[in-house]
Amino acid sequence: MVLLRLFYEFFKTGLFAVGGGLATFPFLVRMGGSTGWFTKSQLADMVAVSESTPGPLGVNMATYVGYTTAGVPGAVTATIGLVAPSVIVILLIAVFLRNFQDNRFVKSAFRILRPASTGLIAASGLSVAVLTFFGTASLTGASSVSWKAAALAALLLLLTRGISATRRVHPIVWIAASAAAGIVFQFAGV
Amino acid sequence: MTGLWELFWTFAKVGVMTFGGGYAMLPILEREVVENRHWATDLELTDYFAIGQCTPGVIAVNTATFIGQKRRGALGGVVATLGVVFPSVVIILILAGLISNFASLTAVQNAFAGIRVCVCVLIFNAVCKLWKSAVTGRLTLAVFLAVAVLSYFLSVSPALFVLAAAGIGIALELRNSPGREEEEK
Repeated sequence: MVLLRLFYEFFKTGLFAVGGGLATFPFLVRMGGSTGWFTKSQLADMVAVSESTPGPLGVNMATYVGYTTAGVPGAVTATIGLVAPSVIVILLIAVFLRNFQDNRFVKSAFRILRPASTGLIAASGLSVAVLTFFGTASLTGASSVSWKAAALAALLLLLTRGISATRRVHPIVWIAASAAAGIVFQFAGV
Repeated sequence: MTGLWELFWTFAKVGVMTFGGGYAMLPILEREVVENRHWATDLELTDYFAIGQCTPGVIAVNTATFIGQKRRGALGGVVATLGVVFPSVVIILILAGLISNFASLTAVQNAFAGIRVCVCVLIFNAVCKLWKSAVTGRLTLAVFLAVAVLSYFLSVSPALFVLAAAGIGIALELRNSPGREEEEK
């Protein structure tokens, strides 16, 4: 039963997540909330592992979520669920629709879809950030700001955006450095 | 005729060499598919990539399906897709198993608490990067703000926002009369 639900949830994600990369993220935040399969913190951990390992981000996330929910069969089911809509849609386009990407309706739809997809990622990213920096799921219930987390975030922003020499360094380096900082300064024991 | 095994392994290689997906895989596809295998030209690859972005799902998977389909039909599309996801599944399964065994260690918990901060920064950077190509004027800015605010405060499926956005985009184009479109050209 859980396998069927996994397939359905990831099929939906694969069908509606547009633009690749983190586009699947808002869907996974929603999925965790509505199914109780994983928390936002666990999801953030999965993003880190998925970013640090080879393969497309969405596929890595599907495998990871599927595994934590229902073991190896879950991982395979979730991954197949995620890619199934892609395969079906692309095969249809390849066979029936020439110059699909030049169609004016497709172009216009994607002109609006792109900012919408970016807005979804921004909102779901914010909800994870609130959890990370305030330790609660809502802004109003915030007890205290984690100053260690805020300091690390400020430093990372400076390194990944401000300083041109380090801007192009692969994210895996920052993830490893953050793990080290977390251990040295005991981030979990706030 | 391209062998199915060849399709599978070539795309497994692409999958293993791609970190993070999206544009990161374009140079790798170029080398494997265009230069080494001659399965597509540079121009075709750019087209497939553009279509991959204009269709739902993971871009790497969309591109793999397209090239596989071109070489060996529908079966080729499926085999190429299985190839591109195969390394992910194996690597993540090994890691997920390892991490869940060590999750109770204090050091691991501290490490992931630090990593979560980094993930927030990475998501922020990804949004900034997407912003550049997505938010190009007043209309797209309004869409971004409306979706960000509504999806943050309302417990509504992201799928609804995606459907609504696609609908609005198509409606806007329908309002443009075909005659005017011709004149503009």
